This record gives sequence, structure tokens and C-alpha cells, in this order.
Amino acid sequence: MSTLHNTSENPKALKLGPIGTLLMGDKGGQRLIMALIAVAIIFPFCNLVFSEGSFLHVSTYTLTLTGKYLCYALLALSVDLIWGYCGILSLGHGAFFALGGYAMGMYLMRQIGDRGVYGNAELPDFMVFLDWKELPWYWFGFDQFWFASIMVLVVPGILAFVFGWLAFRSRVTGVYLSIITQALTYALMLAFFRNDMGFGGNNGLTDFKDILGFDLQSNTTRCALFIASALAVILGYLISRFITTSKLGRVLVSIRDAEMRTRFLGYKVEYYKLFVFVVSAMMAGVAGALYVPQVGIINPGEFTPIYSIEIIIWVAIGGRGTLFGAVIGAIAVNYAKTYFTGAFAELWLFMLGGLFVMATLYLPKGIVGFIEDAKQGNGTSNRFYLLFKNTPFSKWFSKQSSKGSV
Amino acid sequence: MSLAIPKHLENAPILYLDGVSVSFDGFKALNNLSLCIEPGEMRAIIGPNGAGKTTMMDVITGKTRPDTGTVLFNHKELNELDLTQYDEAEVANLGVGRKFQKPSVIETLTVFENLELAQKGGRGVWQALMHTLTNEKKQKIQNTLELIALQDKAQDLAANLSHGQKQWLEIGMLISQEPELLLIDEPAAGMTDEETMKTAELFKTLAKNHSLVVVEHDMDFIAALDCKVTVLNEGSVLAEGSLASVQKNQQVIDVYLGR
Repeated sequence: MSTLHNTSENPKALKLGPIGTLLMGDKGGQRLIMALIAVAIIFPFCNLVFSEGSFLHVSTYTLTLTGKYLCYALLALSVDLIWGYCGILSLGHGAFFALGGYAMGMYLMRQIGDRGVYGNAELPDFMVFLDWKELPWYWFGFDQFWFASIMVLVVPGILAFVFGWLAFRSRVTGVYLSIITQALTYALMLAFFRNDMGFGGNNGLTDFKDILGFDLQSNTTRCALFIASALAVILGYLISRFITTSKLGRVLVSIRDAEMRTRFLGYKVEYYKLFVFVVSAMMAGVAGALYVPQVGIINPGEFTPIYSIEIIIWVAIGGRGTLFGAVIGAIAVNYAKTYFTGAFAELWLFMLGGLFVMATLYLPKGIVGFIEDAKQGNGTSNRFYLLFKNTPFSKWFSKQSSKGSV
Repeated sequence: MSLAIPKHLENAPILYLDGVSVSFDGFKALNNLSLCIEPGEMRAIIGPNGAGKTTMMDVITGKTRPDTGTVLFNHKELNELDLTQYDEAEVANLGVGRKFQKPSVIETLTVFENLELAQKGGRGVWQALMHTLTNEKKQKIQNTLELIALQDKAQDLAANLSHGQKQWLEIGMLISQEPELLLIDEPAAGMTDEETMKTAELFKTLAKNHSLVVVEHDMDFIAALDCKVTVLNEGSVLAEGSLASVQKNQQVIDVYLGR
């Protein structure tokens, strides 16, 4: 807990600069950012410099897969910001991710130009197929990268603002809020499935060729997208950290733990919730925008409610309310998902469910909370730790802590 | 129903309730309640359970809208304000502080952080995001910590405080808000006799430049406050006067003190 509540000023802060100050006393965050920087350098380097056969080669497949996980990590961060710190359990955050993805997808569609199957320079293939004569008004501007980039933030931001304004002002909280966020993403899914919405219907947007003139299939473009994703996670982490360590962050915690009390202290709870919800939706939008060029497709399936629930599982397993725990959870669960859906496809959903039940029962504070408790030898609140008490595992943890203290 | 404080009252009251009624599913929690608190006055409110003490506080602080009646607050600068038009946060920012019956501090924050949040000013989202603790603000928090005798616990989580200490922290938070009017619900609950007497002393000091409304059951505490007492019963005022006169009132003895 102490790492979360570092308010005391330190003379060192002046030397460390703004980023150093943000990460002061945040060991997990420091390590996370180190690791992300390392991965952002090593993976592309090993992909481009070493040739296929080499022991040090990182395949483009692995690179792209990891890039995808980094987008998920940013998405998990956005959920942890609202759920972990403000108690807003959004079961529809996949909607903001998908909207950011669609905004980027629309740009990539326009980039195809006359290289589509029908060779129409103005209209994407699916519109030609639907016998549309001209581009719908909401597709204007998406041939410009800068415009699409702004929309990646603005579209999820506006939706979150309108939705949040209505929900938070009416004091919809807890499970009721969760249910309507779920309904939100479900409604969007149904809407995007319709052909006449003008977003490619069932098939979504795909067959992308290039981004900013660079071929999406080339290794260098993929490496650039990978690095951009890693940087986005770092930036997202720093923004989240800035918010949660400010006084605003403490207001959020106080809303999470005692909403009524916070109102009586004079804080307009709905404005605070709205602010953090919009920031979170924008982060999710950016994650979606980086995801789409790497996987090469965006379709209404991304709005499926179960995807939004999965995000919650990543955060819960990683450790809610720690920020870096969300990143760890997203990457760990998705690596597991990739492996197990390959090995035992039909069992994965059961395993995911089981994982969530296990995490709730035995790891209430997630992986991060478990390691912290174990290091402090504080297993009383942790039934998982008690399972391993008096086994080599607990010794390993206590050794770790004695090393740390010396 | 007029929205003005009657002119015949010499000292314009800081809080003026007239004919306030609230009912929940047919149960009249407040029944034509009228109450007048003068600036700088300390007032004790007593009454049996269900007399409407907490509902009265809910109405004043914007949590509950009254069915009928007037609730006016005489703000230092803005003069007469109809409190029923504001929500909880707005009422708090107008200068009405409230302490709850159950100590409600933010348990996952430290004692210092609790006081920092309560400190007057900076309620906007952007102000909170860009907030920096100036030395002046820090000094003020330090002073409050000393006042509530928690200076050694500043960096402890509020969850780890004893019950009495939580009560004191909440009183400290209330003071940090620098309200004009303080509504305090059972401050002495769960305190030792010594703590109770210290709290009474603190309130008397506060009464020098604040107006206080204190709801309490502890008669020794009320005696120590040495102020005017209002007895509530079934949602309206049963008796009002000094503690001695109220204690002699046969009706009060029947519904409350006698039991």
C-alpha cells in the first residue's frame, strides 16, 4: 500500500525530473518501464538483425503477437484506472477499444485507395459491393492520418462523456452500472453488425495495405508498430500514475471506498468519475487503434460482451489497483490463452473461468498482491500463501525478503 | 411558504428551518419541524431513536429533499440561501460541515491524506489534478494534527486507528473544511470518559467562531457542553431550553429521559 500513497515531498525529486518523481517509490512501475523499454529495443532488433534460423532471431509472428499483448496491456491499464482506483466496474470497456480500432481501421481502408478488388479509388470495397454511390459523411476526413488519430481519442471520449454524464449524474453505481455498460457494448455490437451502418457489417474492415505509406506486411513497419505499442503502454502508465498519485487520485480512492462521505466533503463525485472514465475510454481507444494495424482486421466481434469481461479477469489476476499488475495480468493471461487455445481449444473458456474463481478465492489481490504479501511474510489475508506455508515456496519468498532488506 | 427569514428575529439566524416535513413510505420522519440556530450558537439536539435527528441533518445537508418546508442558511457573503436547492457537495462548499454517527474516515488513505482531502478549497477536478501542497497548507494540516492529538499517526492508514481516534480524525477533517456551521452526530459514541470530556472542551473552543449543532445521547457530555438543548420527538420539537429546564419537563421525561 505504501507505494500507492507517496505524498511526502523529497528533495531528490528536483533532480529526478517529472518522470522520476512520478515513479519514486514505485518499484513495480520502475521495473515495468525498464522491461518495456528493453522489450521495445530487443524484440525489433532481434527481428531485423538476426536472420531466420539464428538462435537470437525473434520471428515476426512472435513480434506481432507480443505487440497485440501490449495493446491489451494498455486496455487493462485503462480498466484498472477506473475499477482499481474509482470502483467503476465497467463490463463494456471493449466498446471503447473497438471504437478506437474502427477509427484507425477507417483510415487504413481509405489508404487502400484503388488497390481494392473493385478498384474504386473513393469507396472501400464493401460499399461498392453494397452499391453505394458515394462516401457517407462520417467517413470524410479519414483519409488523413491526423484526423483519424484525433478521432481515435474523440469518439471513445465523447461516448464515455455522454454515457458517464447520464449514468453518474443519476448516481447509477455498482452492479447496475456494470450491467448498463454491458448493454452499451452489446448494443454497439448489434449496430455494427448491420451493413447499412456503413462500417463493413459482419466482415468489418480488413485487407489493409499500408499505414502512412509504409507496407503493413513489412518487418520494419511491424517493428515500428511494436515500438509504438510499447511506448503507448509506458505513456499510459505514466499518465495513470500521474492521475493516481495526485490529490485527484486520492479523491478517486475516497469515492471508491466512501462515496457518500466524499460528497459531504464537498467533492462533486459525478465530475470526478466522468473525468477518469473519459480518460480511461481514450486510453482504451488508443489501444484499439494500435491493435488493428497489427492484427489486420476489426469487426463487430470486438464488441462482444465476453471480451469486456475478459479484461476484468486480466486486471483481477494481475492485481487490481496497482496499475503494473494490470499490465502483468493482461500479458500473462493472453500468453496462456494463446498457448492453451492452441493446445486444448475447447477447454480454454473453462480454464479462464477456473482461473477467475481461483483468483477470487486464493489471490484476492492478484499476482502482485500475492508477491507483496509473501515478501512481507504477511500471509494471513492470503489463503493461497497459506497453502504454501512451510513448503519450499514460502522459504523462497522469505529468502527474497531477507535479501532485499540487507 | 415564504422563503425569507422573518424580520422580527433580531439576530439573523445562521440556520432557519420552518415547517419541514419528510415522509418515507407514509412514515413521517419529520413533522412540521421548526428550528432556529443563531450565529456562533452551540445547540445540542436530543431525542429518542427515530425522533428524526439524522433525517434533519440529511435535509440540511442536501441528502434528502423535504416534502414541504423552508430550510435557509445565512451565508456570510451570499446571505439567505435555500439549502433544498443544493446537493450534498454544494452544501458542504457553502460552509456546512457534517460529521457522521459512525466514524467515516477514508480507511485506505493515511491520516494526513484524509486531512488533505478535507482541507478547504480545490474541489474542482482540474484543481485536484494539479494540486500541490504548499508549506502553508502543510502547516495547517500539522496544526490540525496537533489539535486532534494524532501528529504521531500522520502517516498511518486511517483504518489502523482506534475508534476514538477515528472520531477525532473526523472532527479534524470537519475543522479543516473551515465551515461556518458544523452538524455533528454523536461525537462521543465509543469514546472513553476522558476523551468525551476533551471533545466537549474542543467543541466549546470551536463554538467561539463557528455555529454548532450537536446530536448526542450522552447526558454528561451535553451537560459539559453547557448550551441550549432542543428535544426532538416523532419528527418535531418537543421542548427547548437549558438542560436543567428540559430535564424537568414532564413530556421529555415520559418519552425520553424516563426510560
